[in-house]
Amino acid sequence: MRLRITFAKQGALRYTGQIDLHRIWERSARRSDLPLAYSRGFHPQPKIQLAAALPLGFSSRCEVVDLRLERDIPLDGLIERLQSAVPPGLTILSVEQEDESVPALGTLIESAEYEVTLLGKVSLADLRAKIGDLQAAASLLRERREKRYDLRPLIENLDISPLDPQVIRMRLAAREGATGRPDEILAELGIPLEDARVERTRLIIRESQP
Amino acid sequence: MLTPREIELRLDRILLKVAKPGRYVGGEVNITVKDWHAARTRVALVFPEIYDIGVSNVGLKILYDQVNQREDALAERAYAPWLDMEAQMRANGIPLYSLESFRPLAEFDIIGFSLPYETLYTNTLNVLDLAGIPVLSAERTITHPIIIAGGHAATNPEPMHRFIDAFVIGEGEEVIHDIITVVQQFPKTALDSEREHLGAGGRENMLRALARIPGVYVPRFYRIHYRDDGTVAHTEALVEGIASPVVKRVVAKLPPPPTRFIVPNIEVVHNRVSVEIMRGCTRGCRFCQAGMITRPVRERPVAEIVAAAAEAIRTSGFEELALISLSSSDYTDVLELVTAIGERFAGRHLIVSLPSLRIETVSVDLMEKLRARRAGGFTLAPEAATERMRRIINKFIPDEDILNTTREIYRRGWTTIKLYFMIGHPSETLEDVRAIAELCKRVIAEGRKVLGGKAKLHAGVSTFVPKPQTPFQWVSCDTPDQIAAKQDLLKRELRDRSIKLSWTEPEVTMHEAWLSRGDRRLADVIYTAWQHGAKFDAWGGQLHYETWLAAFAEHGLDPAFYTQRQRRTDEVFPWEHISAAVRKDFLFQDFRMSLEGEIRVDCRQQCFACGILPTFNNLRRENRGEVWKCPDVPVRLATGVQLPVSVAAD
Repeated sequence: MRLRITFAKQGALRYTGQIDLHRIWERSARRSDLPLAYSRGFHPQPKIQLAAALPLGFSSRCEVVDLRLERDIPLDGLIERLQSAVPPGLTILSVEQEDESVPALGTLIESAEYEVTLLGKVSLADLRAKIGDLQAAASLLRERREKRYDLRPLIENLDISPLDPQVIRMRLAAREGATGRPDEILAELGIPLEDARVERTRLIIRESQP
Repeated sequence: MLTPREIELRLDRILLKVAKPGRYVGGEVNITVKDWHAARTRVALVFPEIYDIGVSNVGLKILYDQVNQREDALAERAYAPWLDMEAQMRANGIPLYSLESFRPLAEFDIIGFSLPYETLYTNTLNVLDLAGIPVLSAERTITHPIIIAGGHAATNPEPMHRFIDAFVIGEGEEVIHDIITVVQQFPKTALDSEREHLGAGGRENMLRALARIPGVYVPRFYRIHYRDDGTVAHTEALVEGIASPVVKRVVAKLPPPPTRFIVPNIEVVHNRVSVEIMRGCTRGCRFCQAGMITRPVRERPVAEIVAAAAEAIRTSGFEELALISLSSSDYTDVLELVTAIGERFAGRHLIVSLPSLRIETVSVDLMEKLRARRAGGFTLAPEAATERMRRIINKFIPDEDILNTTREIYRRGWTTIKLYFMIGHPSETLEDVRAIAELCKRVIAEGRKVLGGKAKLHAGVSTFVPKPQTPFQWVSCDTPDQIAAKQDLLKRELRDRSIKLSWTEPEVTMHEAWLSRGDRRLADVIYTAWQHGAKFDAWGGQLHYETWLAAFAEHGLDPAFYTQRQRRTDEVFPWEHISAAVRKDFLFQDFRMSLEGEIRVDCRQQCFACGILPTFNNLRRENRGEVWKCPDVPVRLATGVQLPVSVAAD
């Protein structure tokens, strides 16, 4: 049985990385008495699939994990059962059964949306101008881990929230080999990371085509 | 003082600049967060090492549960921030805070430090400083928390006497409640008018009351008098009604063990459930402080261990269970225990480790039971490799037993065996050290017969440091040159691709040796060394040896006085007024016997009257039977008639 769980990752869990999150899910599944399926071989690994690693320090309202179980279990009460087993900071939003034939989670994610709340005082005009510059740029060459890449095509949307001038919204590509990061956008805008709070708000998952 | 919210805001700005920020944010499964304002007494429990090492400490977990189970108190945790985080905290005005609620440590009523070993001393000072609490006890006022400390290093508390308000000697489960009761009588938040009622020396009066609790040692109420040669003449108690010596506390019966373990969100050193199966040890190895000071042996019943393990695994989701004690295969029902664990977790993926196995009692049956759930290597501790040395240290295991046992272990699928040895014992020669190498070669040869090139041996060779409250507390320690020569010999002799040799740097050993048998004057050395940057001394590369030597020089003290000096037979030790209830005569007699190479058998077989039984007579009487391994004491009837004691045949 394949369970797809969406969850929020906030509070202290902002400071855990992808590998830590994997382990958190494994232990949470054990504490909830879920019959997790394990791979075969010398070092059996639990069949847990996370997708689109969230950088350290960011929170999220829209994370997704697939758990494979050894056998079918009823979905009733699963949300409560999981919620009481996960660490504080992890909020279970939904639990659904996913078809086995659907491709791996990691291959399905197209883009990610973020809300960046600015903590310091920023001039609205200044910010608008800088965002305008980014959008007008034909390319934004950067280096990540000693590899050069162009950030511009990875920016799918970038604006200031109409509800709150202290909040920047962005939609960035989140595919294998083509991922934009909010901290890179902030760097281009000249805003230090410690002056901002970043939360992922939506993962855009490609629906499987027939 | 900053509020928790302010601290969290400042943390958010700096946490991405440090390694493993998850160390500093709490939010783990199975923590207890109680209402700050509803608690009458708030206790901060500190393990003065980084989170990765401190979070799984079982001793503090026991106290955490004890305090939190009270309706009128709460306990929260703190650890030493690593160097990068400390720098950020100091630069950004963030005081050390508790992980449960981000409260500044300085707001708590009591701060309890665990001091399992001496190399954490400078970290302790650093933690106080980071918390904004005066490092020197004499400078604290009624507005500051009471600073207490306990643990094995507290058996000689003197080097830390200037920094700790009150030491707990022995086991803390019961005495922590006695301490809370006293502290509640002297509220920090008392109004000035109330404070007058408490007496101008409000804090002093509280410390006096603490000093009257059995097992609590408050250094300021004792004065040490020295002889001209720098040794101790005698200790003087300065107030009435306090004990001298301060005798350790023990619990008559081990209370139920913790069953809800804190599960870190990040990777740490130990990721397992630990259940204590037994306290104390009856082997009487002469170098071993733990064995001497944790007497008497009290065992937990098998059923209680299995139930606790099951509950702990269920509520934690950990994949590993460790059954711990000082000498686990000596646990009377060890086979029954391992069988019961196997049955309880049948069909489930669970690694069971049973460390601290004694070679003599590791039977083939036990190995068979452990092999299915094994992980990693199998560890044994021969310590010495010649008959002469084995008799001296009273850990007599013949070569043949070691070879037979290791062969059987290799046969059962463990590819790596770890053998612990110790160099630097009294009267040890290079021949004794060479014998360690020879024994290792014989062990790996046996392993190769069974497993070929797959057989591996890890020889962990530590360096002996004479510890207080042991038969070897009189001896002189090896010099760094002597230690280095012995280690060089081992490095030369053990060049083999299947043998890994690990050892301790001589300077690290010296550091431990200064502090282990230090007197009060070492407090000045510790303070000066810390002021010049000494901290995390236990970490490779972090020990500022020159800083320590300079600190000794600044205070006109010779480090060799504490290490390379044979103590006089009638010497009064700096820790003489602290008692682990093992008589000095007993220790001295054992020391004399070691000089003759005479061994003493396991005291389960024959009681040697170490002193525990007379001290804890009443406790023993209330807890008759096999769970205590000391001989039963006669029952005293109301009529005054003593019933005879039936001695169980062993």
